[in-house]
Amino acid sequence: MSNTTFGGNKLGRRSLLQGLGVAAIGISFGGLAGCSKPESGAKDGKIGGTGEEPKLNFYNWDTYIGETTLADFKGASGVDVNMTLFASNDELFAKLRAGNPGYDLIVPSNDFVERMAAADMIVPLDHSLIPNFKNAAPEYQDVPYDPKRKYSMPYTWLALGIGYRKSKVSSPPDSWKVLFDSDEYKGRIAVLSEAGDMFRLYGKYLGKSVNSLTPEDIKAIEAMMIKQKPNIKAFHEDNGQDLLLKGEVDLVLEYNGDIAQIMSEDPDIGFVIPKEGSQLNSDNLCIPKGAPHPKNAHAFINYLLDAEVGKKITETILYPTPNAAAKALMPDSYKNNQAVFPAAEVLAKCEYAKFNPELQPKYEEAFTRVRAA
Amino acid sequence: MAGPLQDWRQHKRPFAAIVSAPIFWLVLFFLVPMGIVWLYSFGQNVGPAAIEITGTLDNYKRATEWLYLSIFLKSLAVAALVTFICLIVGFPVAMAITFATEKWRPWLLLAIMLPFWTNLLIRTYALMMLMGQNGYANKGLGAMWDGASWLRTLVGLQPLEAWTPVQLLYNNFAVVLGLVYVHLPFMVLPLYSALDRLDKSLIEASLDLGAGHFRTLMKIVVPLAGSGIAAGVMITLIPALGAYLTPDLMGGTDSQMIANVIERQFKRANDWPFGAALSFLLIYAMFALVALQSLRGSRAKVGAH
Repeated sequence: MSNTTFGGNKLGRRSLLQGLGVAAIGISFGGLAGCSKPESGAKDGKIGGTGEEPKLNFYNWDTYIGETTLADFKGASGVDVNMTLFASNDELFAKLRAGNPGYDLIVPSNDFVERMAAADMIVPLDHSLIPNFKNAAPEYQDVPYDPKRKYSMPYTWLALGIGYRKSKVSSPPDSWKVLFDSDEYKGRIAVLSEAGDMFRLYGKYLGKSVNSLTPEDIKAIEAMMIKQKPNIKAFHEDNGQDLLLKGEVDLVLEYNGDIAQIMSEDPDIGFVIPKEGSQLNSDNLCIPKGAPHPKNAHAFINYLLDAEVGKKITETILYPTPNAAAKALMPDSYKNNQAVFPAAEVLAKCEYAKFNPELQPKYEEAFTRVRAA
Repeated sequence: MAGPLQDWRQHKRPFAAIVSAPIFWLVLFFLVPMGIVWLYSFGQNVGPAAIEITGTLDNYKRATEWLYLSIFLKSLAVAALVTFICLIVGFPVAMAITFATEKWRPWLLLAIMLPFWTNLLIRTYALMMLMGQNGYANKGLGAMWDGASWLRTLVGLQPLEAWTPVQLLYNNFAVVLGLVYVHLPFMVLPLYSALDRLDKSLIEASLDLGAGHFRTLMKIVVPLAGSGIAAGVMITLIPALGAYLTPDLMGGTDSQMIANVIERQFKRANDWPFGAALSFLLIYAMFALVALQSLRGSRAKVGAH
């Protein structure tokens, strides 16, 4: 398959785009306003405790850090953290595949840790600089998507489930059936627009593992989706909690952390992980290749994994934390929240989705057919 | 500098000085990136972030499958409907501005341009707040319904059933409405510029000679504003065909347009070569539209001579 290569040797689009510094098709690869470019050596003699200039470019999700965490870190280490936000893993990946525009620390989900490691876009971590790693719960110290935590550190984890308005349902929707295979709540349902997640969860409903779907399964699930489509109001872009809160829909397929955030605003909102099991996700701290301040990034990772710091972050974002030491400091109202921490027997049926480059385009094409049907 | 630039052939150097900056801009920021995307469309993924340009035509083969062609056709139908509604709504607006008094005209034009001062995303979200299940449009309709119900009880009739909100958002109606809302100024401005140049004595003559208002409009105004209508149609149709934000945010489960499919290839599917092929098919379709239009225009010119 490797006959004609572009420009003599195998030139990835990365170096190509980087060399030209162009923007294509609405996806901006452009430089970041306010991000400092990699500099050889620290200027002005300003050197932090790590021997680097006291700066760090942190690329994070929205509402995903404690209110004072960045300022506290500056107080503790003198390093200025410049945080910019991304809205999806795809955005993160698209921005970095054209070459690192100057980020030091990113927060990809588990399957993107796999994908970015495979694409040589993130660098192995130096565990000796992250002693607080011991605070992570044992099940997050070694994970299938990143054996021995070579490239990533745990930040949060989350599970997909059904958020619902208690006053509008006959009984808590404890099965995927209500979303995937029933007209009971016709026109009051919003599901994810992410093709892979949708197909995998349908697989879960059919009693399969999220990582064992075959092309035949995809075909069968596609037919089910087309049949269910008239009952669905919208495919949402991970803003299901807003649709539920505003009363646009009464049932929504969303992550537990997102629903937990609105449960504190509206007591009529409930969340359940269906009895068939679900898909787990985990967001992780990684250092992208070409990071200008890797030592600062290690120091910041270590800081984020601190028990007190982790507690403050968790108090703000309310996501399940993989940091056992931070969780121990949290109040019971958090620790016993069924939405945040589902029961062990439910969790036992949940799985992480593996990065699968062969199936992803198939999921997408089948979902395009569902939408066009 | 010597004299006005009436003919660039006589003033090659100043002309080159003026034209080099935009040409440089065009080449560096338009042609080169588009060329790279064009090359990708003949490539294939060889890793999560690496593409090899192999000269394959598979992407085009896949892009011309019925699934994608049907989405192209649907997008074209939506864009055509949007353009038609914009024309029907925009023409009277442009007429009104043309015939408004000198004092009012700048203000009316300003009102047309005002939306451009706000980001498209913000305008779309504002429209969504208006049209939502519990949005202001539904609240207003609900209040009117309750009022009607109350009036019925006054005259001794049974009150109406309780108000159920109308489904305004998350369907194809919302997409068309959103696109009309966004593209209307693009239609009104070229129409206005054409109508403004129109010799108004021709309208008077037509009316004096016994043609009615409607006949005058169809036989005199519309033909004379033909170039403006054509420009307005093209400038509305082409962006509407590539619309992506509106169907994404306001559409329902079957409202995807071709631009949404392209976007997913570049993001979720991580299949840039296929996305590039789809993009170029869309660009070719737009070229065809523009070519058709300019062909028509040049034929009309030849006919007039």
